[in-house]
Amino acid sequence: MSKFKSKKDNSLPAVNTASLPDIVFMLLFFFMVVTVMREDNLLIENRLPQADQVEKLEKKYPISYIYAGKPSKAYEKYGTEARLQLNDKLADISEIQAFINAERAAIREELIPKLTVSLKVDKEANMGIVGDIKQELRKASAFRINYTTATGDAKSNLD
Amino acid sequence: MAKRSAPEVNAGSMADIAFLLLIFFLVTTTIPKDSGITRKLPPIEENDEDVIIKEKNIFTVLLNGKDQLLVEDELMEIKDLRKAAVKFLDNGGDRTCDYCKGAKDPKSSDNPDKAIISLKNDRQTSYAAYITVQNELVAAYNELRNRRALEIGPKKGFPDMDYIAMEKAYDDVKFPGNRTKLKEVIEQIKIEIPQKLSEVE
Repeated sequence: MSKFKSKKDNSLPAVNTASLPDIVFMLLFFFMVVTVMREDNLLIENRLPQADQVEKLEKKYPISYIYAGKPSKAYEKYGTEARLQLNDKLADISEIQAFINAERAAIREELIPKLTVSLKVDKEANMGIVGDIKQELRKASAFRINYTTATGDAKSNLD
Repeated sequence: MAKRSAPEVNAGSMADIAFLLLIFFLVTTTIPKDSGITRKLPPIEENDEDVIIKEKNIFTVLLNGKDQLLVEDELMEIKDLRKAAVKFLDNGGDRTCDYCKGAKDPKSSDNPDKAIISLKNDRQTSYAAYITVQNELVAAYNELRNRRALEIGPKKGFPDMDYIAMEKAYDDVKFPGNRTKLKEVIEQIKIEIPQKLSEVE
């Protein structure tokens, strides 16, 4: 018997994990290609409503983002009413005009009329704040707006 | 001397490094969601000239604080809104519009150029409901424009393209066809079925 006994010990060979890094790198490259760096650190909840008649926002023209929604869990001290976020901090409605002017100052002159304001509003916010934002944008003469939405069936918003 | 093979480098930690990078990207990046409903806000005008519009040419959509929809003074479900809007826009009451296929009801809108959809909402209306209504109204316009595009497209050399496809093709730099001609078709449809959506403050 001992003649046929293997010289090595009988334990199972280790699983070869050499391809694991390749798999992870594949995932990594996928994420690097399809995502972009977070522009703003969101202090508010921002679940966009869905719509199916959407147009793509052209990246070749400048876009400013205005966020609105109720403050997220960590910032509950700011209340539960929908708030406005400009850049990285919560802001008042009255700050919109200054914000738009600052955005305009940062872009080339010929692109100023092309500036689009993307409104990223949480679907649970009410229209009061959206109406106020629109009114301020009209005062600041920023007329091109885009209600940014997720793509999907619009009727599922109301469930 | 005996031949010795080069020692193998231990690559066991490579996966860990890749995982670290992967998790960094997962946390700091987002998948961009840059599409939505584009609108143009009306400028604030000084002169308050009253434009006289016939009552029958206005399609009133009211969205109250409880997200209930009142269309032309009647309660309506959101799923019926698109159909009602198309019916109103496509009516062609004064018979000047030869591409309308509506009922030609003299009590409804005269032609798509005169028809205006007026949307009013409360401060308490939820944003989700508002977007849904906007979406349905845009869909109604798109439905008519698509139909018109399929009618006139083949004559101008753009068969099997609806309005959405035409706009997409026009924006596409690699579009092989005649872009100036396509632009003409798009402009013609826009003039025939203009998007007149007014929002009451």
